[in-house]
Amino acid sequence: MQFTRALFFLAVLVLIQPVLLTASGHSEHASDSTEFTQVANQEPAQEGMSMKQEIKAHIQHHLQDGHDFHLYTDTETNTHVGFPLLVILLDDGIQVFSSSRFHHGESVAESNGNFYALHHGKVYKTDAAGTFEMHDGHVHNEKPLDFSITKNVFSIMAFALILILLFTGAARSYKKSLVPSGSARFLEPLIIFVRDEIAIPNIGEKHYKRFMSYLLTVFFFIWLVNLFGLTPLGINVTNSISVTFALAVMTFVITQFSGKKEYWKHIFWMPGVPVPMKILLAPIELLGVFIKPFALLIRLYANITAGHIVLMSLIGLMFIFHSWIGSTLSFGLSVFISFIELLVAALQAYIFTMLTALYFGSAVAEHEDH
Amino acid sequence: MEIPAIVGAGLVVIGVGIGIGRIGGSAMDAIARQPEATNKIQTAMLIAAALIEGIGFAALFAV
Repeated sequence: MQFTRALFFLAVLVLIQPVLLTASGHSEHASDSTEFTQVANQEPAQEGMSMKQEIKAHIQHHLQDGHDFHLYTDTETNTHVGFPLLVILLDDGIQVFSSSRFHHGESVAESNGNFYALHHGKVYKTDAAGTFEMHDGHVHNEKPLDFSITKNVFSIMAFALILILLFTGAARSYKKSLVPSGSARFLEPLIIFVRDEIAIPNIGEKHYKRFMSYLLTVFFFIWLVNLFGLTPLGINVTNSISVTFALAVMTFVITQFSGKKEYWKHIFWMPGVPVPMKILLAPIELLGVFIKPFALLIRLYANITAGHIVLMSLIGLMFIFHSWIGSTLSFGLSVFISFIELLVAALQAYIFTMLTALYFGSAVAEHEDH
Repeated sequence: MEIPAIVGAGLVVIGVGIGIGRIGGSAMDAIARQPEATNKIQTAMLIAAALIEGIGFAALFAV
């Protein structure tokens, strides 16, 4: 039961992501504006960039989701190390092809007579030459509905698999004996921490069991994803606002659906408050219902993004200083920040789970005394 | 004369810094006074700090 629920949550997370990615900008052809064309296979000239610009471009590329799993580029030989992923587009039926056809955004991909090209990591429909209609610095080409297995989606699936293997392994070990073995040895104290420090104090002894599966899923998912974000693999799942949005939406939905009579009463007609104040407070309380998950999603996204930017900027400083004293200092600083980020990775998972538990607690709370 | 938005964001971050600093300082005082309540104080501190932090991020992203 717990296992299927965890699966369900991760499946929702995976499914909701591409919709959000494409929802942000669906622009049409602008006919009356000044147009100029840009050919897709013209990469920004690497030689013309200064060191600062190159670092900036590198950071921006790192913060973006990609259509291939890109590990690094050797600029001298111009070879990319990584592997392509599946591109799935909803445009004239379903178009499925490997992202290797894009050649890292350098060429136009052809699928069933349609042509697609990448611009800043997003797929656009183009003609055979890969022409972009640019105006005001924005691309006005048609954007197909993108359900691709991007780097983030692939990472989420991989982490889901890792978590399922770890936890089913742990669960199996308890069937043999109550003394934990294998991965359960490591996971048991953490699960007990989530139960005793997060779930029970915030939700209460009576109801906490119902929410444990979600709290554990969220805690371990965010933690694992944040930790892997610090490895040189360049995975940054919680850097994507759509992922944190999906997590917050699930918290929101579960909170509202488990809300009891008391919860809604405290929002719309709170007891012990004079009637004019009740009318004044009800819209504010209702707004609070939506602000709470919004703050949740912004907090996680902003913390991790800020951490990655700071860390990568400090590493970039090493190349800018180019002297033994400046580079040594920024190296030391980046090591220090890396350790801080290890703490932040766990802290953000803890805070997300904690606030989620707090909202669940407020939804199921029973007030006897008024 | 127009004041750039980033100045406003900077002011908000100063405010957030003072706020979180005060929470941290008060939590230290409270822990020193009642070391046995450390866990409860820490939890409350983290929640309050996280809520204030959200305002800072909102300011930064509004720029």
